[in-house]
Parts: sequence; structure tokens; C-alpha cells
Amino acid sequence: MLKRRIIPCLDIKDGRTVKGVNFVGIRDAGDPVDLAKRYIDEGADELVFLDITATVEKRRTLLKLVERIAAVVNIPFTVGGGISAVDDAARLLAAGADKVSVNSAAVRRPELISEIAARFGSQALVLAIDTKYVEGEWRVFVNGGREITPLQTIGWAMEAEDRGAGEILLTSMDQDGTKAGFALELTDLVSKSVQLPVIASGGAGTMEHFNSLFQRTRISAGLAASIFHYGEVKIPELKTYLKTQNIPVR
Amino acid sequence: MIAVIDYGAGNVRSVQNAFQRLGQEVVLSADHAKIRAADRVILPGVGDASWAMKSLKANRLDRLIPSLKQPVLGICLGLQLMCQVSKEKDTECLGIFNASVKRFPTNGLVPHMGWNDLEQLRGPLFQNLSGVDDFYFVHSYCAELGDETQAVCDYISPFSAALNRDNFYATQFHPEKSANVGNQLLLNFLAL
Repeated sequence: MLKRRIIPCLDIKDGRTVKGVNFVGIRDAGDPVDLAKRYIDEGADELVFLDITATVEKRRTLLKLVERIAAVVNIPFTVGGGISAVDDAARLLAAGADKVSVNSAAVRRPELISEIAARFGSQALVLAIDTKYVEGEWRVFVNGGREITPLQTIGWAMEAEDRGAGEILLTSMDQDGTKAGFALELTDLVSKSVQLPVIASGGAGTMEHFNSLFQRTRISAGLAASIFHYGEVKIPELKTYLKTQNIPVR
Repeated sequence: MIAVIDYGAGNVRSVQNAFQRLGQEVVLSADHAKIRAADRVILPGVGDASWAMKSLKANRLDRLIPSLKQPVLGICLGLQLMCQVSKEKDTECLGIFNASVKRFPTNGLVPHMGWNDLEQLRGPLFQNLSGVDDFYFVHSYCAELGDETQAVCDYISPFSAALNRDNFYATQFHPEKSANVGNQLLLNFLAL
């Protein structure tokens, strides 16, 4: 049986792991490679690295880091942040990333999704959507959650699927950093609207939150950052617990 | 020395890294003499079968690969390319295995992406591994079951997770991305 995935996310700034709360305020959480190794030992199913300082001059730092990660990581990993052209994706994949995640640039120019999927395959492309409930509808935000767009979340997810995205990383900005639980209604809605694996992100605070996510939605994976970094939820215990709840995990 | 066949496919870096972590010397090459001289040959790949076959033909690798005598391991698209035909743009493949490759039925999420367990394991690749071990898959097409099947995976319907015929081995999953159990499988391949 296909297992539900547990994915630690490492936000990267200047080559270090950091974690913001509600997209502002940054705390240092260590060397990404050390953290990645720890997560593999603990049984993480996949890793996501999001570079939150992906300015042009920092790209080289990120590529070096991706090469270091690829040399030691023997599970799949995704890299995102500042990817605005097929060549950006090409460099990261050549450095050893398995998938790239695109966000703002795909909103500005949706053809980017089709271009990356056509060149590297859908499996290499994760569309990240940051969303928030505004005046009765789920709206897509860009630029690290600072800017609202006219796009509605469900429609955007469906368009991304048509354009060849292989997976959707869905972050509820309302929940992110709150540790109050995943946005179940939203993730359920999105996962029923597309035939793609959807990764839920934002709000995980306890093991029970993952259980509710997997019991009440058909979501493929749950992603979290700080609760794993600071050991509030430990992956081996989380998996043991989920097994007792009859959730298929590795 | 291990030769990873270079035909422009993505994702070869992780295969190289995995064998390097096991202390192996790895070259990425399309050179027939180098590939023939290697102790082990890897046919990696992700992406489109029709594109991949065109690319192999451009370097006459479609002739070379079936004639190799050392252990050869196809991974993911590599397995599909070693079959007879693929429904992906109705592509004629290398014809090493008898199996044909078809798309998953549409009554489930495609691609099949993530960790899945195997059944009916047999053959040297699965020494010291059991059916409870999960491997990492990501694919939209799969090979049918047959005499050459070495492991069965059930996703929407059962398909060949691994194939073997003579010196040719292949896995639909990615051993290089399957943590410790993947390492064990690669060690088993090296021990052939």
C-alpha cells in the first residue's frame, strides 16, 4: 500500500536553516545538511528546502548547498525559492535536487509550469501555493505571503494540473506557525479538485494534527518545520503513533 | 568501475552519488568502449520514453545495451526502456524483457509517487530484504507482470516493480532514493 508521507521542511537563509512564524520573524535552526541527515535517520520520507533569500547573488550559495545535500541525502528532496526560469530549475536539478518547487514566478507567468514539466517531467515539478481565506474565498498569495493575487486557490491548483505540475504543496497562511492544526477543509477541497498528490503545510503542532489530516482528507503528505527542528514532535514517535491509528506510514 | 549511461536523462546525479557513497568509482558516459569495459552498467532515467529512445538511438546505444554481458541495472524509466514496447507515445523499446509498459488506469492518483511495499520478492537483488521494506516510486507508466517479474507492487493494479533476464536487472522504484533498503539493493547488485 502507498504510504502517507511525513516531510520536514527546511527554510534556508544564507545557507542556514531558519524558521519564520506567520512568514515574519526569523529564528536560526542549524546547518541544513546536519539537520537533513538527522531527519533521514529518523525516517523522514522526503525533504523540502525552501530558500527564502534567493536573490541573484545568493543563487550560487544555494547551488553549493544543494550539491552538499545531494551528496549525503538518500531520500527524495525538493528545492524551492526564487525559481523564475527553466534554467534556474535546470541548475538545481543538475546539482542533485529531485524536484523543484515554484510559486510566485508561476503565478506571474503560468507557462513556467508547462515549460519545466515539458523539459524535466511532471514528477520534477511541485507547485507551491500560499493561500489565505479572504472575504469568503481562498485566495493565492505571492512573494512570501506578502502580496495578494486575484487567483482563487482551487482554480489555480486545477490550472497547474492542466499545465503539467506533478504535485501541489499547499500552505495555509492562516495556520502557518500557529501549531493549531492543519487547515482540513481547505486541504480536503484542494485534494478533491485535482488528481495530483497534495502536500499539506501550515499549522502542525501535535501528532494528533497529522492523524486528523490523514483520517479526514485523502491528502498524500504532511509537511512541517519548526516542530521537527525543535523536537516538539519526533518523527519516529509520530510514525509509531500513526500506525496505531491505522494510517499507512513507512 | 560503474558506467552510468549518459543519454541526456535527468536525475543521473543521484545515481552517481549513491554509488559513490558505497565507495564505487562512477563514470557518466555514452562512449561504447567505456561502457563495454565497465564492471557494472546503469541505465537511469526519468521522463518520456519516446524522447529517451530517440536519444539512445542517436548514439547507437539502443544496439549496445542489449549486447552487454556484465550486470546491467535499469532504474525507473530505465526499466521501461528495457521492455518491448511502451504505451507512452507507442514507443518501441529495447526488447530485453518480454513485458510491455502501459499507463496506470485513471481511477487513482497518477503519478504513483511515494513509498510502497513489494510482494513476491525473488532473485538476488532482494537478498536481505523483505516485503515489509518500502521503496520510493515516482512514475505514471508501469510494466505488466510476467515470468521475469522479481517483485510485485500493487498500486491501482499489480505491476512489475523489478525484472530480471540473464544479466539484465531493473527496478521501477528508485533504490538510490530509498534510504537504507535502497542501499542494500545496490549492494546486492554490486555483489552479483
